[in-house]
Amino acid sequence: MSAFSGGFSWLADGAHWHGEDGFPHRIAQHLGYTALTVAIAAVIAIPLGLWIGHTGRLRGVAIALTGALRALPTLGLLTLVVIWRGIGLTPPIVALVVLAIPPLLAGAYAGLEAVDRATIDAARAIGMTEWQVLGKVEIPLAMPLILGGLRAAVLQVVATATVAAYIGLGGLGRYVMDGLSVRDYPQMVAGSLVIVVLALVLDGLFAVTQRAFSPQR
Amino acid sequence: MRWFLDNLPEIRGLAWRHLWLSVIPVVLGFVIALPIGYAAKRWRLGGSTLVSIASVVYTIPSIALLVIIPGVLGTSFLDPSNVIVVLTLYAVAVMVRSAADGFGSVSEAVVDAARASGYSAWQRVLQVELPLAGPVLLAGVRVVSVSTVSLATISPLIGVSNLGSLFTQGFQRYFATEIIIGVVCVVVLALLLDLVWVLLGRAAMPWLRVRTTR
Repeated sequence: MSAFSGGFSWLADGAHWHGEDGFPHRIAQHLGYTALTVAIAAVIAIPLGLWIGHTGRLRGVAIALTGALRALPTLGLLTLVVIWRGIGLTPPIVALVVLAIPPLLAGAYAGLEAVDRATIDAARAIGMTEWQVLGKVEIPLAMPLILGGLRAAVLQVVATATVAAYIGLGGLGRYVMDGLSVRDYPQMVAGSLVIVVLALVLDGLFAVTQRAFSPQR
Repeated sequence: MRWFLDNLPEIRGLAWRHLWLSVIPVVLGFVIALPIGYAAKRWRLGGSTLVSIASVVYTIPSIALLVIIPGVLGTSFLDPSNVIVVLTLYAVAVMVRSAADGFGSVSEAVVDAARASGYSAWQRVLQVELPLAGPVLLAGVRVVSVSTVSLATISPLIGVSNLGSLFTQGFQRYFATEIIIGVVCVVVLALLLDLVWVLLGRAAMPWLRVRTTR
């Protein structure tokens, strides 16, 4: 367990809490990558998932697609995009977007599928248009599952955004990668602990939000 | 394609190692997660705690865990068993939720009926609840298997070679072909392993076939 005590004293060292290499700056970068990734993935996956869930079309394709995307290794995508587009923000964002799409897509279409058919038929029967059915009935009822997908995507991206440091970018992965290259355990442990705490805080925020959006509670 | 054929023996060796580094954690993860998932269903309060502990494990960055584990276990840094332990932890983390859902999907009335017809506790779990939870468990194993094969590719970062070595080598040489072949091999391996689980599931749960044909 000495690995952990070393990590804690690394964390407690005030020198690691300011400047370019300090925790606040690295946490901000890490959250920035996460927010950008999840926003891009959500713009792609959520409308697609809602369309699949609403029309019931291409469901088999969606399941196959999410399975195939899950199989794509992040490290492979990252290195490949670096060779194509050079070092920059694009490679890690592309690799992480691919990671975030499956849970978001699955949350959206599974959420709509879970809505009771009778409720949707009732909405149509009282004269709602398709858009109203989607916007006023299906999406609100599916909200807990959609948020569940978002929660899973955010947690996965926060944990995996570490790889951005493999190609020399910032974020909390820096401590892990820098520590790895010089076998500095305390630094790696400290970086990992901060990522875990960050993930826990985000998870807690999502739990509260999800509860707020659950109907009849 | 030329490069692939020229390096076929090496790639085959890496794929083989990759397969073992993935299959062992998936199987271990399944075996370990089953009792935890069952406990999560039986004792609700403790159960939800177990499930949330499991999801915390999943948030630990894999590279960090790969480096911390040798320090905790006292194994050598380059020992492949570190990779197996780490991947098993992730597999358990994901599988516990599926196992809890799977056992949770078994109707209480069926469990009571089994009890009433004289099944002992063990018989009830093994012969009634486990088979009925089967489809959900299989779905969980498939998700775990695909993500484990994909996650295993990071092990070359700590010096344990497998198909992921094609990424790190390709990156160092700035050679895209090698990385593309690596990605294709990983996806193919994940799909083949997935097929194995589907076939095993079909063999173990023949009654599902009857339902799907009609």
